[in-house]
Amino acid sequence: MSTETALFSIQNLTKHFPVKKSGVFNNQKALVKAVDGISLDIAEGETVGIVGESGCGKTTAGRSFLKLIEPTSGKIIYKGEDITNLKPGKMRPLRAELQIIFQDPYSALNPRQTIGNIISAPFEIQGITPDGGVKKEVQRLMERVGLNPEHFNRYPHEFSGGQRQRIGIARAIALKPKFVVADEPVSALDVSIQAQVINLLEDLKREDGITIVFIAHDLSVVQHISDRVVVMYLGKIMEISDSNNLYSAPRHPYTKALLSAVPQADPHIERTRERIILSGDLPSPMNPPSGCVFSTRCWKAQDICHSKTPEMVQVGQSQVACHFPE
Amino acid sequence: MAVKIRKSRELSSSRASTGPIVGRSPKQIAWTRFKRNKVGVVSAIISVGVIVLSLLAPIVTRIIGVDPNTLHLDVLDVTGVPTLPHAGISMAHPLGLIPGTGRDLLAQLLYGSRISFMVAILTTSLTLFIGLVLGIVGGYFRGRVDAVLGRITDFLLSFPAFFMIVALSTPMVDRIQQTGIAKGNGARIVFLVFFLSFFGWPYFSRLIRSQAMSLRERDFVTAAQAMGSSNRRIIFRELLPNLWAPVIVFVSLSLPGYLAAESVFSFLGLGIQPPASTWGILLSNATRFVTTMPQFFIIVAGSLVLVVLAFNLTGDALRDALDPRNDR
Repeated sequence: MSTETALFSIQNLTKHFPVKKSGVFNNQKALVKAVDGISLDIAEGETVGIVGESGCGKTTAGRSFLKLIEPTSGKIIYKGEDITNLKPGKMRPLRAELQIIFQDPYSALNPRQTIGNIISAPFEIQGITPDGGVKKEVQRLMERVGLNPEHFNRYPHEFSGGQRQRIGIARAIALKPKFVVADEPVSALDVSIQAQVINLLEDLKREDGITIVFIAHDLSVVQHISDRVVVMYLGKIMEISDSNNLYSAPRHPYTKALLSAVPQADPHIERTRERIILSGDLPSPMNPPSGCVFSTRCWKAQDICHSKTPEMVQVGQSQVACHFPE
Repeated sequence: MAVKIRKSRELSSSRASTGPIVGRSPKQIAWTRFKRNKVGVVSAIISVGVIVLSLLAPIVTRIIGVDPNTLHLDVLDVTGVPTLPHAGISMAHPLGLIPGTGRDLLAQLLYGSRISFMVAILTTSLTLFIGLVLGIVGGYFRGRVDAVLGRITDFLLSFPAFFMIVALSTPMVDRIQQTGIAKGNGARIVFLVFFLSFFGWPYFSRLIRSQAMSLRERDFVTAAQAMGSSNRRIIFRELLPNLWAPVIVFVSLSLPGYLAAESVFSFLGLGIQPPASTWGILLSNATRFVTTMPQFFIIVAGSLVLVVLAFNLTGDALRDALDPRNDR
């Protein structure tokens, strides 16, 4: 797929956070390279999973896609239009089409507003009156996400985590968005509730053709819902591959290590399977290793890995940033 | 696979519907919690009662049949102390007479509380307004504006405000009178209100700023931004409703504070001047008769302590009731 045909495309996106070193008069600034030059094309109707361990920049990437965090450099292209430098006023109409679902269902809802007010906020902000009035539409949305529409006048604290997540989803889909970033929407939920929320997202994807970027650290959840999976490490993309292909034939050593950490349900396989245990800690994003960022923990690393940053190359059905792909 | 995927939407929507369901708002919950606190309820009744009595002073005094300005010089001895039994406390004068002039103490307390409360309420409102606006601006917009506001609050907080009032009272009041905004005690009230607010807002602004800073990072604010909400809407619809708990607590704690402050400055002769009456002036007057007629001092000081305590305890009770973690 190329940038021209993609619904949503990012090119060389970076987000660096300045961090002040201690001292009142010492203004020495360090940079946390949360997202460091990632490029991705997303087709209409596609679900792209982003996986990676804590602190790899998944969330920052997801939020900068929607310009909720201003990217440091790079381009964000939506429907062929460069939206990177759009002013908030110009951005407002587009916001109806680009939405986000949050990880923490407790922080995502204003405790002082009723569910009715929370879900009708998108209509109020965008100045849209749906057919049949706002209240009716809100109740339809509540029913759609599996909530009792009579709970219209209740407050967030009266709902469980899973129900709150549904409220967040109802708000996100209220304006029939085309592109939704789901930022770890199930990591804060119990496994049984995770399944309900994932089913709901799949329904939305199938019935409304919503394009979803699904950020998670649970590999099995990502495999289930995604068409393609992006593996991130320390602000960079390591591998992009079709969902099934990634799990059956990981090309990047990091992907392999990540997959080997998933426990198997069958105790016989679990006992005998080979596990890759990475040595060392995640390097600081303030001072990432030179060359390939994974080189400090990679068992295949050679001299070139420490000196030269690997380009994205096509290997089989995957795109891999590695000098020695499998 | 770790997640068992199953159709389970029916589970949550099949709940039996029993008429329209209305949730209990955070306000209603706080109210139920507040009602359970006996001390808080009594304090709140005293606080509200005193303010109402103060506002209705002319009517109340007429009903009781006392008058603040009638002198009873005939019953005073040479030192000014009433010669009546119990220092003049009787059916006609429930709290007795003021030594020196023989005025009715209850009527003087009621009328005096009007200026005291006026100063306290005006100062609290002004402090609240400035603190709220600058706190939200600093905490929400951050950046350079916040840095400038932060230095100003630092400066004001480290300022010896008390000595400034002592030093500037007379020249500033003269200046206000010259500009013709207000005359006499009016000018003194203006001075007190502005001076106390000027040095008072940084405390409140700090509190609000920290709250606004923590709120703006919450996901519901990000959600509002993702929907294309303006800053104005975020401040009024997302932030302010979450700030009214600290606001109520601040009001209930700073009202008695400024009430006491007015008394202190009037007591020192820096605030309101006689013949107008405030609690500070009455207290100052009472100290002269503390050995010859202790009732006077005890009644005035006791009233002040009672009101300040009632406001403070109301504030404490409100803070407890509004704290969502405090789920008793």
